[in-house]
Amino acid sequence: MTETNNIPGLLAKHGFEAVIGLEIHVELSTLSKMFCDSAVTFGEPPNTHVCPVCLGLPGTLPVVNRKAVDYCALIGLALGCEIADFTQFHRKNYFYPDMPKNYQISQFDLPLCSAGRVTVNVDDNKTDIRITRVHMEEDTGKLVHIGEGGRIAGAKYSLVDFNRAGTPLAEIVSEPDIRSSGEARAFLQKLRSILLHLGVSDCNMEEGSLRCDANVSLRPENSPKLGVKTEVKNMNSFRGLVRALDYEIVRQLELIQDGEAVKQETRHWDAARNITTSLRSKEEAHDYRYFADPDLVPLKLSREWVKKQEESLPELPDARQKRLISAFKVSEYDSRFLTQSKAHGDYFEQVMENFGDAKMAVNWIMGELSAHLNADNKEMAESPMQPERLAQLLTLVEDGSISGKMAKEVFSEMYETGKTAPEIVDDRGLKQISGDDELAVLVDQVIGENQTAVEEYRSGKKQALGFLVGQIMRLSKGQANPGKVNEILREKL
Amino acid sequence: MDLYKLTIEQAAAKLKAKEITSVELTKSILDRIEKVDGQVKAFLFIDREGALAQAKEADKRLATEKDGPILLGVPVAVKDNICTKGVPTTCASKILNGFVPPYDATVIKALKGEGAVIVGKTNLDEFAMGSSTENSEKQVTGNPWDLKRVPGGSSGGSAASVAADEAIGAIGSDTGGSIRQPAAFCGVVGLKPTYGLVSRYGLVAFASSLDQIGPLTKNVTDAAIMLQAITGHDTSDSTSLEYQPPNYLDSLKKGIKGLKFGIPKELFGEGCQDEIRDSIQNMIKLIESLGGEVAETSLSTFEYALPAYYIIAPAEASSNLSRFDGVRYGHRAKDAEGMIDSYKKTRAEGFGSEVKRRIMLGTYALTAGYYDAYYGQAQKVRTLIIKDFTDAFEKFDLLISPTTPTTAFEIGAKTDDPLQMYLSDVCTIPSNLAGIPAISIPVGLAGGLPVGLQIMGKHFDESTILSAARALEKEVDFKITPELAG
Repeated sequence: MTETNNIPGLLAKHGFEAVIGLEIHVELSTLSKMFCDSAVTFGEPPNTHVCPVCLGLPGTLPVVNRKAVDYCALIGLALGCEIADFTQFHRKNYFYPDMPKNYQISQFDLPLCSAGRVTVNVDDNKTDIRITRVHMEEDTGKLVHIGEGGRIAGAKYSLVDFNRAGTPLAEIVSEPDIRSSGEARAFLQKLRSILLHLGVSDCNMEEGSLRCDANVSLRPENSPKLGVKTEVKNMNSFRGLVRALDYEIVRQLELIQDGEAVKQETRHWDAARNITTSLRSKEEAHDYRYFADPDLVPLKLSREWVKKQEESLPELPDARQKRLISAFKVSEYDSRFLTQSKAHGDYFEQVMENFGDAKMAVNWIMGELSAHLNADNKEMAESPMQPERLAQLLTLVEDGSISGKMAKEVFSEMYETGKTAPEIVDDRGLKQISGDDELAVLVDQVIGENQTAVEEYRSGKKQALGFLVGQIMRLSKGQANPGKVNEILREKL
Repeated sequence: MDLYKLTIEQAAAKLKAKEITSVELTKSILDRIEKVDGQVKAFLFIDREGALAQAKEADKRLATEKDGPILLGVPVAVKDNICTKGVPTTCASKILNGFVPPYDATVIKALKGEGAVIVGKTNLDEFAMGSSTENSEKQVTGNPWDLKRVPGGSSGGSAASVAADEAIGAIGSDTGGSIRQPAAFCGVVGLKPTYGLVSRYGLVAFASSLDQIGPLTKNVTDAAIMLQAITGHDTSDSTSLEYQPPNYLDSLKKGIKGLKFGIPKELFGEGCQDEIRDSIQNMIKLIESLGGEVAETSLSTFEYALPAYYIIAPAEASSNLSRFDGVRYGHRAKDAEGMIDSYKKTRAEGFGSEVKRRIMLGTYALTAGYYDAYYGQAQKVRTLIIKDFTDAFEKFDLLISPTTPTTAFEIGAKTDDPLQMYLSDVCTIPSNLAGIPAISIPVGLAGGLPVGLQIMGKHFDESTILSAARALEKEVDFKITPELAG
């Protein structure tokens, strides 16, 4: 298969464009599940957060978690959707052991939110991606396949953990407005940022609280007609999304070039092998036999309620970006970095409460802090380094108490130990010597001990100055302020 | 005296007067069950130990509580599709073999809260699908009036247990007539409340938009008592309505005078036995003599009710019953190879033929491409039926009809002809589709077998139904007198 990083260019060369729509599942961070009062959890021992309702025991009935409805409406409003007056739950019927009722309560023709739009920025071009709908549904349990490969095929047997079963999900469906994997990535990042600002999900892709499926097809450039699409599933990272889409686009292009037809099917992204494989064909697709769930009465949503949700919307990434640019004079690029999650922006603003140099603050958050968090596999919100502490450290750099190079060492120690910058600087005696009197003593001592070099300098060998400065730095264990040392030494000589 | 013959009202009076204890009464019922249930086969599970323990508790409460609940210490039976904590709940299906619910249905909690003693679980058509209790995968229940005949269904076990004095009262469920039709066949009172009046939480769903739990009792007063006990808003059931029920016992005194009765002519159509028609004619005369007005009316959509029901109910059932797959509880096929095979074998072995028939009907009706023609169309019919009733209730307070077109038929008479079986619910199905309350009361005998009169009322107007039923009952003075050897 062709290896290339410029897929849009490759497509354009052959006169094609990619047409991509995403379906994103977001686990909502409500306390209890969508239709019962079992707790929403992650990583707990199997089947410890279950009850008769989420186990689908005979006779049990679902009751809607109104908090989940609020959260879903917030998502819809943040994406510019219309909120329905009247919304209904449907049953999606299919058999699978991770689904205790063998139907999933979802929404069908009457979703809570519809017709929204998200603006994304790719290479400084703004593009609008339309949102078809945002609807509510329940998550399934998790299957653990025992046997070779951990896949269902070839498994000896499978175990089911129902802790996740019934967790509230919002499904966000985009129109096929995306034209490249880069746009898809930017769209998903923007969406994640919005969700994090709303505080409705932790959006952890590895833990599955943000999941993405894609519909992909190709068509001749500028053609109004859509080509035959495939649905690609199981992309659980941004990198996976980009790779899977690029793979699928090239796969389809090669089929077309070879005169073969693209088959409508569902394909599975295999991140280990970097390929998509066929999961099921159109003929094998389920008939979900959707019908209105008779156990749940339709929800009538008053305009007052919608207004209340609207009023509770927090500042969203676009608005915050504008504010950060005008209030702190940060660059467009930096503002995008700072609004990738609510935690990023909050962190920056908290640093700025005790510190004045925005560019320096951004550089440290983007550099040292992000590097340490990444290495630790931690989110910004989980940073062990408090923003006030970082501000303290940066202040020491700004006022010349420590050098930038030392500050990095101090940062690492702060991050590891939780000590404050002044504590570490004191303990290690790292404080830079900048006082004229203190430095004069050192300078005098070095002049006294190095008369040869002093004579050389005085007789015109200017290089001798460097030697003398080096001696002073050595004597001060590197703590002397080199600029000041130079200044005083010249004077004395 | 034979304590098991008491009504709820009589038993409660004796218990409160300390003439008898709940343990004595419960023992009397358990002995009666032991004596006659070999013939009647009403019970799938008899909870002797549990019942006696509950009776002891009730006696303690009776000793201390001055104005305790009416049901305190009264032994009742429960249809085996209602979940009882720690007591097997089988729905008379093999697929639920070994299933013991870890929770009580809301109605069971309510009954236990009142201090009622639950003596056991009664037989039914598998998953409440049927009209004769012959579709039970466990046993065939006999009609106490003639053991060669069916008790009706699907709450046949509950109806037979009350008629045979094996319980003072019972709880059943009604999806298309499953309380009223067996009540009519067994000569007892059966009430299907308004949809949403009684919580469905813990009732194993057959057709969720139609199912409703209700009482089967020896008389109308007892029905009012049991209804009161199980009624009330339940936050565990979204379809349970926030409604403050009136005092049903008080409403019994209102009588019939001035009430307007409509007789939908379609409910006396062909297939209705002459003797039943005569019985109902007598009731019309009786109503008029008591000061009620009676006039003929028409439910123009009546002929579509049965077909619509046999689309909607199986469609919902096909989805409701999909959870029975052997993965988590109940029967699981041995020797299955892989997941799909396990599903197929488990369900093939676990479900009986009528349940399979309805799952297939319902699955078909919901299939893409057929949905509009079947399920969509049936829902439209349902809307029209509701409108029909709404129109009728602008003119009338109550509507009356025979509960069933025939009296109890012989065991085996209709098992090979599902359509004939379905027709025995022709008079009861419309009120389920409309969600309105309806009662069946015994009004006489035809060929030695009970005849039931159905009285239907407006949404939440159980009071008027009960008051009319009570007034008629007083005049008819029907006696439950099946002769059982033993």
